[in-house]
Amino acid sequence: MSIYINKNTKVITQGITGKTGQFHTEKCQEYANGKNCFVAGVNPKKAGEKIFDIPIFGSVKEAAGQTGATVSVIYVPPAGAAAAIWEAVEADLDLAICITEGIPVRDMLEVRNKMKAKEAAGGKKTLLLGPNCPGLITPDEIKIGIMPGHIHRKGRIGVVSRSGTLTYEAVAQLTEIGLGQSSAVGIGGDPINGLKHIDVMKAFNDDPDTDAVIMIGEIGGPDEAEAAQWCKANMKKPIVGFIAGVTAPPGKRMGHAGALISGGADTADAKLAIMEECGFKVTRNPSEMGKLLKAML
Amino acid sequence: MKIHEYQGKEILRKFGVATPRGIPCFSVDEAVKAAETLGGKIWVVKAQIHAGGRGKGGGVKLARSLDEVRQHAGAILGMQLVTHQTGPEGQKVRRLLVEDGADIEKEYYVAALTDRATQKVAMMASSEGGMDIEEVAHSTPEKIIKVFVDPATGLTDAQATELANGIGVPAGSVAMCVDTLKKLYTCYMETDASLAEINPLILEGNGNIKALDAKFNFDSNALFRHPEIVAYRDLDEEDADEIEASRFDLAYISLDGNIGCLVNGAGLAMATMDTIKLFGAEPANFLDVGGGATTEKVTEAFKIMLKNPKVKGILVNIFGGIMKCDTIATGVVTAAREVKLSVPLVVRMKGTNEDLGKQILKDSGLPIISADSMAEAAQKIVAAVK
Repeated sequence: MSIYINKNTKVITQGITGKTGQFHTEKCQEYANGKNCFVAGVNPKKAGEKIFDIPIFGSVKEAAGQTGATVSVIYVPPAGAAAAIWEAVEADLDLAICITEGIPVRDMLEVRNKMKAKEAAGGKKTLLLGPNCPGLITPDEIKIGIMPGHIHRKGRIGVVSRSGTLTYEAVAQLTEIGLGQSSAVGIGGDPINGLKHIDVMKAFNDDPDTDAVIMIGEIGGPDEAEAAQWCKANMKKPIVGFIAGVTAPPGKRMGHAGALISGGADTADAKLAIMEECGFKVTRNPSEMGKLLKAML
Repeated sequence: MKIHEYQGKEILRKFGVATPRGIPCFSVDEAVKAAETLGGKIWVVKAQIHAGGRGKGGGVKLARSLDEVRQHAGAILGMQLVTHQTGPEGQKVRRLLVEDGADIEKEYYVAALTDRATQKVAMMASSEGGMDIEEVAHSTPEKIIKVFVDPATGLTDAQATELANGIGVPAGSVAMCVDTLKKLYTCYMETDASLAEINPLILEGNGNIKALDAKFNFDSNALFRHPEIVAYRDLDEEDADEIEASRFDLAYISLDGNIGCLVNGAGLAMATMDTIKLFGAEPANFLDVGGGATTEKVTEAFKIMLKNPKVKGILVNIFGGIMKCDTIATGVVTAAREVKLSVPLVVRMKGTNEDLGKQILKDSGLPIISADSMAEAAQKIVAAVK
């Protein structure tokens, strides 16, 4: 098993006709069961056409209705990306994965509050992964996003991270020492996002096919600390933790919009201390994440 | 993106928030003329730099005559103003704001910012205006009150009243304070700000509420829809190398160490910096070349890093995903030749076509040191610069 997605998941690609959408849809199709998973694309102006044999529909709702897809992946450019998320939510999908980087924070604030209001009113809850994330993968089954598929290997370790390349780093370390992954999830580097560390840790805890987890965070925001507190009380599996940004100066945005130390408990040191207190095996050497995890099994 | 106080006040006035009358100036003569134009008997001469704590650093002076305006303007313009936010080297003052003196009865603090935990807009207020708010948060957190605003409803009268009453605004001025808070909220949302802070917001002797200062930060992701804010950008206040880097779509931040690093991905870049520190040295910069690390981008990245005279060695750490390692290797070799690299270079490449990439580095005949892991790369570059 795995979390959120598996080989039977049916996926809609929003922004399939753009350069990025096309490029990555092709890579995702080529990976494992991708040919059967990527069943629809959306572009109102190109409805009725096909791209890589994938039919294009005028709306997410129509695409979902016609194909039975329950997940969408979004490559729509920043100015329209929040609207694309909302379209997936209005179509009552299970999960929307937003890869787009550079969405205005106000747009994300508005769409997140609309999503919560919809749930509060009894509407269907759509999970959001991202934005500004690499997506997620269940090795040998399905890859939804922009991560390099070939570094992964099927197995029983979960990986969750805000950073794309740091996720790949952890995955590659695991694969190199013979440990495969159940799922690897990039939650994205933006300050206002969907699934957080805590949500993904809960999913890994409930997944019978995940034995241990590498959780990677960075400076800025309360999310890692919140996840650590939850894990302390509930997590039944060993966790290796790393926080990037020990050397980051306060007040500077380190590439990711969310990676900014704004004073208090959001420094790397503070987060590492909380994670350690909560029973994580933490490291300050990101090259030994895989090795440390192996020693805990 | 940050702006100056006088620009922030222009924005506040556009949204109907009362501020003292003031005129921005670029010379001493302009400052005296501004005071004459404003009239009155008391003026405030304020240094305009993108950092807080200007008053404590000697960048804000009260003038009781035109002579004093001239004297203060002369002293402040061109000074290296050092505040707790500028670093020890300070920031050169190139602009002034000359303002009407205000009749201050009481100083408050109000601000709008985005709260990650609740995913709402936090409106904060405190009775302890005019002070460093981090200090207030640390020593007397109960004196900061917050309400969380759903963008669908906006700041309600009830919430604004809760803030005004909570910070002790006298009954007769509550309505004006509520109005100011609502306008500040609207301004925050409509300009795509990431911080809008008025510290202090003052109560005048006549009961009026006015913004005596204005500090804004804007969401860089949203600048594409705000040409009016981009026009406020003051390149003198920004790091020249960071500006240069942004022209090539490179995320660059200069730091104090002596090892330059070039990495793809923000998280991996931070992790690389941390690893350098772990093995006993300090990074000279943060540099994320992003997903599409072309030869041109890598070359520009090398040039920018090497402009920093402190750089004694360079560490390249690339995780080749979609971008293949052989492409990166070609870029690194071309860049190293073009800039005639004279400091040690350690390259760690992982991922797609890793072996091909390593071969290209080896065949180049350049003295490039190869490493397999981030830790090994950091150890090697630290050893090489010692």
